[in-house]
Amino acid sequence: MKKVFERTKGLSDAHFTFCPGCTHGTIMRLIAEVMDELNIIEDTIGVSPVGCAGFCQDFFTCDFVGAAHGRAQAVGTGIKRSLPDKMVFTYQGDGDIAAIGTQHAIHCAARGEKITSIMVNNAIYGMTGGQMAPTTLEGMKTTTSPYGRDPISVGMPMDFPKIIANIPGAVYVASVSVDSPKNINKAKKAIKKAFQVQQAGLGFALVSVLSTCPTNWGLSPVDSLKWLRENMLPIYELGELKETEEVKSL
Amino acid sequence: MPKAIVLEKYCKSCRLCVDICPMKIMSITEKTNERGYFVATCIDQDKCTGCTLCATVCPDVAIEVYK
Ligand SMILES: Cc1ncc(C[n+]2csc(CCOP(=O)(O)OP(=O)(O)O)c2C)c(N)n1
Ligand code: SF4
Ligand code: SF4
Ligand code: SF4
Ligand SMILES: [Mg+2]
Repeated sequence: MKKVFERTKGLSDAHFTFCPGCTHGTIMRLIAEVMDELNIIEDTIGVSPVGCAGFCQDFFTCDFVGAAHGRAQAVGTGIKRSLPDKMVFTYQGDGDIAAIGTQHAIHCAARGEKITSIMVNNAIYGMTGGQMAPTTLEGMKTTTSPYGRDPISVGMPMDFPKIIANIPGAVYVASVSVDSPKNINKAKKAIKKAFQVQQAGLGFALVSVLSTCPTNWGLSPVDSLKWLRENMLPIYELGELKETEEVKSL
Repeated sequence: MPKAIVLEKYCKSCRLCVDICPMKIMSITEKTNERGYFVATCIDQDKCTGCTLCATVCPDVAIEVYK
């Protein structure tokens, strides 16, 4: 009998600090497996954000640096430019990368920074108790939009990977989801490609992952996956939003 | 025989494995782990096909599968 599924050596023995059923954990597993498969654990430096993933340095076996809120890509830029042989990735929530960190995200892409960014879109500020984020859906109730997000007052949800895809320096941009086994496997392929783009030195790569926040959505983990499927998938188009010819021929 | 083993210390009782298993053999038990969560277990290993769906969706990487 063979082990066909085991904890990857890209993960440490520590348990995740996320709430039960939170898919931040699924995304971290995929990144850790990709690092293992590409044999780059020893060569990788991750940059952790502020948000529920703020402790992620404890969960991986690669090196890590912690950044201030929204600044992971600025820190990642510095690391990559001083240690160009290292693989550098940032792991950031939607609030981190698409609200407070927007200017860093846009200019990181504009400079064609040779790093990989993983954005975790749970449509909310999870860590601070469920406030509205730029990604919060129209009509979605949060602690700061108790009657539902009102587009007349605060605008429509921002599809951040599409914005980044418009920037020439971004050579690979994918939008994926971890709501089902099929989508989880597709998400892993996109994450792997985003790392391979960096290995080939082609430019900036972003993978946006639709994720759940059962605690602040006020739903069970199973119902959260269903809610994601029914409400987020119609708004945030999945797929490889951008892939340059060079990336295609990888 | 395929089997799915829950690494109890990681389990958080989220039920995602229970919901996804096509054979309906994952279940939450009365047993708690060191952090107080009722742990999941495979209640009928003989029926396990080793499909790995439970492990794929487990957000806490608490399941290992043998085939
Ligand atoms: C400079 C600064 N401003 C605000 C905060 C408060 N803060 C902590 S986490 C967070 C939002 C996190 O949301 P997100 O990035 O979506 O991550 P999630 O927890 O949802 O994964 C905020 C606003 C902070 N820590 N530092
Ligand atoms: S608050 Fe939400 S995003 Fe944060 S760990 Fe809990 S479920 Fe996950
Ligand atoms: S491997 Fe498949 S059949 Fe076996 S317990 Fe997991 S989901 Fe069920
Ligand atoms: S999916 Fe994982 S954490 Fe959730 S109940 Fe099953 S074994 Fe436990
Ligand atoms: Mg968030």
